[in-house]
Formats: sequence, C-alpha cells, structure tokens
Amino acid sequence: MILAWLIIIMMIGGLLAWLAGKWNVLMCRWIALITLIIDFIIIIAIWVSNPGNIEISQKPEWLIEFTTSWIPQFGIDFHLALDGLNLILVSLTIFLGIISVITSWTEITEHAGFFHFNILWILAGITGVFLSLDLFLFYFFWEVMLIPMYFLIGIWGHENRVYAAFKFLIFTQASGLLMFLSILALYFIHGKATGVYTFDYLQLLGTSLSTSESFILMCGFLIAFLVKLPAVPFHPWLPDAHTEAPTAGSVILAGLLLKTGAYGILRYALPLFPQSAIAVSPYAMVFGAIGILYGAKLAFAQTDFKRLVAYTSVSHMGFILLGTFAGNALALQGVVVQMLAHGISTGALFVIAGSIQERIHTRDMTQMGGLWQEVPGMAGAGLLFSLASLGLPGLGNFVAEFLILAGSYQVSIGLTIFAASGLIASTLYSLMIMQKVFYGKKKKVWNIKDLGVREMIMMGAMIVVIVWLGVFPQTFLNTARSSVNNILQHFTSRNTKVETGSVDKNNLFQKINFINMIDEKRSNSMILTGHEKIILRREH
Amino acid sequence: MLNLLWLIPALPFLGFLLLAVFGGRMNKTGVAFLGVGSVGISALLTILIGIDFISSPPDGYSFNQTLWVWMNIAGFKPGIAFHLDSLSLIFTFAISFVGFLIHIYSAEFMIDDEGYSRFFAYMNLFVALMITLVLADNFLLLYLGWEGVGLCSYLLIGFWYKEPANVYAANKAFIVTRIGDTSMAIGLFLLVLHFNTLDIQNILQSVSTQWVRGSSLAVLTAFLLLGGALGKSAQLPLQTWLPDAMAGPSPVSALIHAATMVTAGVYLIARTHTLFDFAPIAQNAVATIGALTLLIAGFSALTQTDIKKVLAYSTISQIGYMFLALGVGAWALGIFHFMIHAFFKALLFLAAGAVINALHHEHNMFKMGGLRKELPVVYWTFLIASASLAAFPLITAGFYSKDEIIWYSWASNIGSPWLWLISLIGAFITSVYTFRMVFAIFFGEQKTPVSQKPGKRIKITLIVLAALSVLGGFVELPETMGGFAPFTHFLHHTLPAVALRSEESGIELLFQIITAVLTLAGIYLAYQFYFKNVKFTERFKQTGLSKFLFSGCGFDWLYDRAFMYPAIFFARINRNDFIDNIYTFITWLSTALNGMLIKTQTGRIRWYATVITMGAVITLTIVLVS
Repeated sequence: MILAWLIIIMMIGGLLAWLAGKWNVLMCRWIALITLIIDFIIIIAIWVSNPGNIEISQKPEWLIEFTTSWIPQFGIDFHLALDGLNLILVSLTIFLGIISVITSWTEITEHAGFFHFNILWILAGITGVFLSLDLFLFYFFWEVMLIPMYFLIGIWGHENRVYAAFKFLIFTQASGLLMFLSILALYFIHGKATGVYTFDYLQLLGTSLSTSESFILMCGFLIAFLVKLPAVPFHPWLPDAHTEAPTAGSVILAGLLLKTGAYGILRYALPLFPQSAIAVSPYAMVFGAIGILYGAKLAFAQTDFKRLVAYTSVSHMGFILLGTFAGNALALQGVVVQMLAHGISTGALFVIAGSIQERIHTRDMTQMGGLWQEVPGMAGAGLLFSLASLGLPGLGNFVAEFLILAGSYQVSIGLTIFAASGLIASTLYSLMIMQKVFYGKKKKVWNIKDLGVREMIMMGAMIVVIVWLGVFPQTFLNTARSSVNNILQHFTSRNTKVETGSVDKNNLFQKINFINMIDEKRSNSMILTGHEKIILRREH
Repeated sequence: MLNLLWLIPALPFLGFLLLAVFGGRMNKTGVAFLGVGSVGISALLTILIGIDFISSPPDGYSFNQTLWVWMNIAGFKPGIAFHLDSLSLIFTFAISFVGFLIHIYSAEFMIDDEGYSRFFAYMNLFVALMITLVLADNFLLLYLGWEGVGLCSYLLIGFWYKEPANVYAANKAFIVTRIGDTSMAIGLFLLVLHFNTLDIQNILQSVSTQWVRGSSLAVLTAFLLLGGALGKSAQLPLQTWLPDAMAGPSPVSALIHAATMVTAGVYLIARTHTLFDFAPIAQNAVATIGALTLLIAGFSALTQTDIKKVLAYSTISQIGYMFLALGVGAWALGIFHFMIHAFFKALLFLAAGAVINALHHEHNMFKMGGLRKELPVVYWTFLIASASLAAFPLITAGFYSKDEIIWYSWASNIGSPWLWLISLIGAFITSVYTFRMVFAIFFGEQKTPVSQKPGKRIKITLIVLAALSVLGGFVELPETMGGFAPFTHFLHHTLPAVALRSEESGIELLFQIITAVLTLAGIYLAYQFYFKNVKFTERFKQTGLSKFLFSGCGFDWLYDRAFMYPAIFFARINRNDFIDNIYTFITWLSTALNGMLIKTQTGRIRWYATVITMGAVITLTIVLVS
C-alpha cells in the first residue's frame, strides 16, 4: 500500500496546490514542496530499511509489492512492485521533483497553482510508470505523465512553446500508440493460449510467441521507448521540448522522462521478448554509438545554452542504449549509474541555464562571457557539472561511461572505440560551455546576483549526489544488483533457448521462479497478497 | 607510520575542499597558511614515511593500503587503494616536496592576485590528484588522478580567464591530452576484457605469465597506454599543447608543466615496464619518439624569444630524454632524470617568474639583459639551474642524470648508435639554448628597469632548489666515477636493471668525455653568437628555417588544417539537424494532403455529381477489365 500512497500523495498534493494557488501563490509552492519531501522521506526510509546487499538471486524479487483488483472484467490489476532498479529511479524522481519545485520558486509567477498541479501529476505519472507491474496500468501512467507535461511546455514555456509542446505530444503519443497496440496484442495472444486474459506483467512474461509475432510486438514497445529515450533518429522532439520548456520542465524531461524510455527497455522490451531483443541488439548498439557522437556533434554546434544541454542528453542517452544492449553485468550496472548521473548532471545544467536566463534574459551564449566574476558560485557549479558531463573521474558520469564502455568492449571492440571517441567530443562541448559563458571578457555590464540561499541548497544537494555517485557508486550498484542479474538472465539464457527452440521452457522457467518466490515468502512467514494466492492456487 | 600513507593525498585534498568552500571569505594570510600548510604537512609525512619504508622495508618491498572498494561488479573490483614501492615513493617525494616549495613561492608571487584563494585551491587539488596518480594500486584510480591533474592543468592555464587567449590555451591543453587519455581508456577496456581486473601488480604478473613476448596483444596494449603517456608528457605527435600552456602563472608552469604532471607519462611507462618489456616494438617506439622529440623541441627552443616558451620546449626535450631512457631499458635512469629535472626545471621557471615580475610582466628575453647585478639571487640560482640543464660536467646534477642516459642509449642491449647520436646532438643544442637564455637575461646592458624585487619566500625557494640541482646528482654516480648509486639500487626493487651489450662496457669514459666537450662547446657557441657576435643571429632570425623552428616545426599549422578547421566546418554544417527535416516533411505532407482534400469540398452539387459519375465509370472499368 505504501507504494500506492507514494503516488496518491503526489496526486492529492497536486490538487491541493492547485486549489491553494487560487488564494496564495506561496502556499501552493510550499504544499508542493512538502508533498514531495514526505514522499522523499518515505522512499529513503524504504531504501534504508532494505540495506543494499540484496542477495543475488535468479528470480524476480520484489522488496514491496501491492496488488488490488482494478477492472477485473479485463484482467486489469492495480499492481505495483518495488525492486532495486525502480527504487533507485523513484528516489531520483522525487529528488529531481524537489529540485524542480525549488528552481521554479521565483521563475513561475503566472498560474502557479496549476503549474504545481502539473508538476506533481507528472511526477505521479513517472512514479507510476516505474512501479507498475500491470501493462494496462503502465500505459495509463505513461499517458498521465504526458498530458501535464504538454501543458507545462505549452503554457509556461519560452518563445516557441506551442510548436515544441505539439511536437513533443505527437512524437510520444504516436509512438505510445504503437506500444498500446503491442500490449493489446500480447493480451489477446496470451489469453487465447492460456485462457487467462490478463495484463499482469509476471504472467505475460512467459507468453509463447512465434518469432515474427515476438519481433513485431517488440518493435511496438521498442519504438515507444526509443522515441522517449531518445535514440537517433527519433530525437528531434527533444531539443525543441527541452529548450522551450520552463526550467522545471527541462529538469523533469531530461532527468526523468528520458529515463522512462530506458526503464521500459530494461523492464519490458528485454524480458518480454528476449530473443527478438537480442536479435536486434547489434543494431541497437550501433544506433547507441551513433547517438553518442551525433548528439555531441550537434551540441557542439549550438549557441543556445539550453539547446546545447538538450543535445548532450541525446549523446548521454546513446551510452544507455549502447550499454543496455551490450548485455553484460558491467554495462548494465553502468546503465543504472548513467540514468542517475545523467539525471543529476543534466538537470543541474538546466537549472544553471535557467537561473542565468532568469537573470540576463537570454540563452544565447554569444551574448554571455565573463560571468565568472559576476556569479562565481554559479560558475563553480557550472564548472563541476560541465566536468561531470565530460566524464571526469570522481563524478558519477565517469563511473557510468567507463562501465558501459568496458562492458560493450567485451561485445564489440570496433563499436566501443567508435563510441569512446565520444569522450573527446564531450570534452569539446563541455569546455565550450565554460569558455563562452563563464570565461573570457564581459560583453556587457551585468548587474546580477550570485546564487541565493535557496539555489545554493539546491546546487549543494545535486553536487553531493553526483560526487557520491562518482566515489561511492557501490551504494547504488548493490541496490540494483539483483534487478540487473534478472535482466542479464535473459541474455545469458539465449543460447540454450535458441538451441532447443523451446519457448515453453522459458515459460515454465518463469512460473517455477514465481512459485519459488512465493514459497520462500511463505517460509519467511510473510503475508501473501490476494493476487499471489490466486496464482499459487492455479499453479499447484 | 606506513598506515598514514592515505593522508599524503588526503591532506592537500582537504585543503582544496576548505579553500573551495570558505576561501572566498578568508583573508590572504589564512589562505596561504591553509594552502601551503596542507602540502607542507603532506611533504613532511612523505619524508617520514620514506624513512620508515627504507629503514624497515615491508614484505616484498611494497606496501598496500585499501581505503574502500570503489565498485564491485561480477568480480571486477577496483578499489580506492594505494600501492607504495620504491618507484611511487620517489615520485611522491618529488611531487610533495617540490610542490611544497612552489607553494611557498606562490604565497608571495600571487599575493596581488584577486584569485588568491582560487589559485591555492586548484594547486592543492593538483597535488592531491598527482599523488593519487602515482600511488594508485589500480589503473582506474590512476586514471582518476590522470584526468584530475589534466583538469587542474586546464584550470590553472586558464587561471587568468578574462583573457580569451588563455582560455583557448587551456582548452587546447585539455583537448589534446584528452585524445591521448581516450587511447589509454581503450587500453583499460582491453585489460578489463582479458584480466577482469585493473590491479596493476596483478596485471603485470599475469602479463608475464600468460602473454607471449612480442605478441600483437601485448604490443597493442602497450601502444594504447603509450597514447595516454604521449598526450600527458607532451611527446610527438601530441606535444603542441605545452608551449601554449605557458599562459598560466609561472608557479603553475613550474609545478605542473615542468616538474610533475608532464612526467606522468614517464611514470606510467615505468610502472608498466613489464608490459613494455613484452612489447619490444612499443618499447622501441618509446625510444624513437623520445629521441625525435628531444631533437625537434630542442631546435624549437633555440629560436624562441619568450623566456617561458624556451623553458617549455626545453621541458618537452628533457622529457624526450626520459622517454629515451625508458625506451632503451634504462628504467631507473629515466626516473633519476625525472627527479633532477623536477628540481632544476622548477627552479628555472620560478626564477623566470621572478624575472618576469621584476620587469613588469616582460616575457621577451631580448628586452631583458643585465640583470646580474640587480637580481643577484635570481641570477646565481638561475645560473646553477641552467648549468644543470645543460649538464655542465662533474658539478651539476643534470650531468649525472643526462650523461648516463646518453651512454645507455648506445650501450644498452636495445640501444643503437642512432639514438646515441641524436641524444648527443640534443645535449649540444640544450647547452646552446640554455646559455643563450642566460646571456640574454643577465648579461649585456639593462633594457628594462627593475620594478619589483623578489622577497624572502621567493629567495628561499630558489636557494633550496638550487642546492638540490647540484647535490641531487651525487646519489647516482656512473661506473667510471666509483659507481656509488644508492638511487638506482633503491629503484631496482621495482624496476629491472639495464642490460648492457657485453662488448661495450670499457669505453664509457670516452663517451663521457665526448659529451662533456660538446656541452662546453655549446656554452661557448652561445657566448659567441648571443653575446659577442649578435649580428649573425639577427640575420638568422630572418630566415625561413628560423621561423619554421619558432612555430614549433609547423605542428600547429598542420593540426589546424588537418583537424581543427575540418572539425569546425563539420560542426557548422548540419547545425540544425537534417533529421528534423524528415519529420517536418511529414508534417508538410499531411498539411498538403489535407489542403487537397479540403479543395474537393466545394459545396457545388454539379461538381459532386461529376465526381460521382467519374468514380463510378472508373470503378466499373477496373472491374470489367480485371
């Protein structure tokens, strides 16, 4: 239930903030902030009470699970579950949520109540996406996070906001539709084969599909996730949306929305269709490597600060695509760290770009220069996160990129060398940020203030996290380990599956795992949920 | 005592953190106290730990200390862990001790700068990371230090960031070294693939037991690591960033771009000597690159007019000697030259800084002159360091370190007459350009008035380093002079001794005399051409050859055309991402189709009737025909 509460609290907080915003603008900010802090305390409490060293196991293992029937006629459950992977991502969601509320404190003055409603509902949607274990519920939350984001860009964005908002919506909706078709197809194929019509992830996991079915259905999922990620050539929505969105919107887009794409691949595309996913993995890796360099190249060519940072996301998400499909422990753990590190470092760069824009009313880097003298605190933070972005050891992005490249080297040497040249490209654009914005001669007489207390706290928190990721990544690696091992299983078992050609075996395997899990739970005298009881009865 | 090892890098790092957070609010005395003090304690600790290490050596002549496991994935388990042996001890000593002296100097040198605390923060961070680099027990931590010192170099070259040229130089340094670093990173991926570890000692062990000597795998790995070393140590073809790096303050040039960071490549090759031993082609490449670099950079130094640029090219050239030593298997001598070079080159930069400050930021040596009387301490210390750089026979430390390298480039079993000849020419050029500098700055008539004389802290630093530039040589005497060599004996616990070609051992003295005579001849030549007979050199300055050498042999020109312009061109084209046009086209197409369909809705009955009839006719025709 605690998982449902995480989402419900945010939704209620959003409604309250909307109402409060009609009377008092400050109140809606505090409501949003307190709502998120409550959620943050909850998730951290869960994390701390489940110390990281989860035993390596070969079965899906949930720290917390919650199921209740939602639309039983169609086999739709309200099924949430938490494991190491989404624990990390939900924590990131709430953390960046807090950051985006704080960063909007003075930036957003019009319709502040509705603004915070949108922020909280986006976050609720994202949390739901990370926690869902029912495909219908997953798609529901997938939509919940889009619509408020559309408003966020369209109402509070910059000059070209309506165009950007439409572009964002059409890209994600069109690709989301493909995914929904795949979900429905999977639902019916599974229902026809077993007689049980359900959207439950764990049951659908073992659906027996012919090779072509599996491939088509996977494409539906994969395209939705690749658009979200985004992978080249599905990326053109990103620079527009990121640039035009208000700062909070950019932080959430880059830090969180992109991660739902990566998470979707890890949680759905790979486990549901392992053979097809493995079949396309060489191509996916190539597109990942292209994305790394193409994104970096475009970033280097920009003069708009936010647009530059937006393109660096394309580059960094290329690493995620490369690592995900490399399919070994090194690369996948690197992907987990990259999701966090990119969320923090890019989020921070957007915050910096936003606070500069708030002060000097431009994002054009050719008009900046010499800002170090004016805002040394901000410049220092800018330096640190630019360095994170170029992968300096000691900061989170390095751990991620090193692990991903070391992992992909074991799969493809040529591709890794190609991708590693992205390390040089990232140096070019990161140093350009410093050179054009903070160094050099002043182009105008600025009269601006350095970071205030509010911004200091925000930056300080992000610096602590990015350094922690770089120096003690083991905290996160331990938490994610069992989830990563579960995903890895799909890669390692590919050979046996291909050889025997038996899909049923896989199906059986999954069921046995599930039974084992429940048995273990029972032996640990834990209380089974109603849903588990049903499954258990059916299996025995 | 050894358990305090971690404090050596940790203290300067703490200094950095405090300065970074509170530096803005501290007064200059406090900043200097913190900045200098942290490195000072670190240097003291190094000496104490060194004494402890030498007096009661631990098992296996090395000491390991693990602070925590950095990451642990499927058996791949690099730690934040240190490895102290004779090699890393010598480097740590040189870094912390020379670093400490330079910090003392900087406390006075930078006193009028508005970025005083920022300067010491960066310098402390540099010392911490450089020590981490040499103490690292695995390649990943080494890489952290490696990139970290590159960062500090970038920050300190661009320290006076208001001048765009400085920022440009800083970017250049970072990007060029990063190219080498990427090659090294790929080397690390290769090592992870083959050994699933990055522990240096383990890897060297495995290389010597599992790999075949001369196998392409060993050669490839060695070359990938060498790429990193070339970038960091400014060797051909990645040397172009170092002369520009002189945009930073003089203490930075002394510490980072002369004494320590640029020798990281030397450390890396010495540290992985087993690997290079297993890859003879790579080791030959080290020797050849070193020889070529020392020659080219030496010639370039000959034509420079900016005092710091002369020293920069000289540094490239001297590191070339270290590479040559490593390349012919004289590992310990490469390290010896590193240490002596750290003393005298740091001194040269610091003295040059004092001169530049005294003359109102004048960098051109031919506008100096006659400073012998005005700045006696600077003059004498600069002279001693110059003598050491030129390898003045018998009394200077540089003689003992360089002379041996020249000898072994012939006598080593993988040496050759060519390498010997090049290193000999290099030695001759070195003494010419060094004393050209001395004559131009301190002799002749005074051209610029002295505005500011160095104070106590600068003078003390110069004198201590001058003493080391002389006395440092006596810990390593050649065979012909008694062979008292505690330095190499100490290092041989880590590095193998050089293997000689058997028949050559008798003629060492002859070789030494040739070298000594050439050095003295070089000094005389400098005296003739740059002091007595300046007209000839004036004419030489106008020649194309001189201009070619002045530009660093055209490497910048070439790289601009081969890489930079294409990169900028490539960045400019497709700035707006052509892929976007594909989607714009889809949008356009939909709108266009929509427009066409709208046009059919005219609202006229006659039009609708015509279309219906035509449609019926066409449909019927199709049905009938098929």
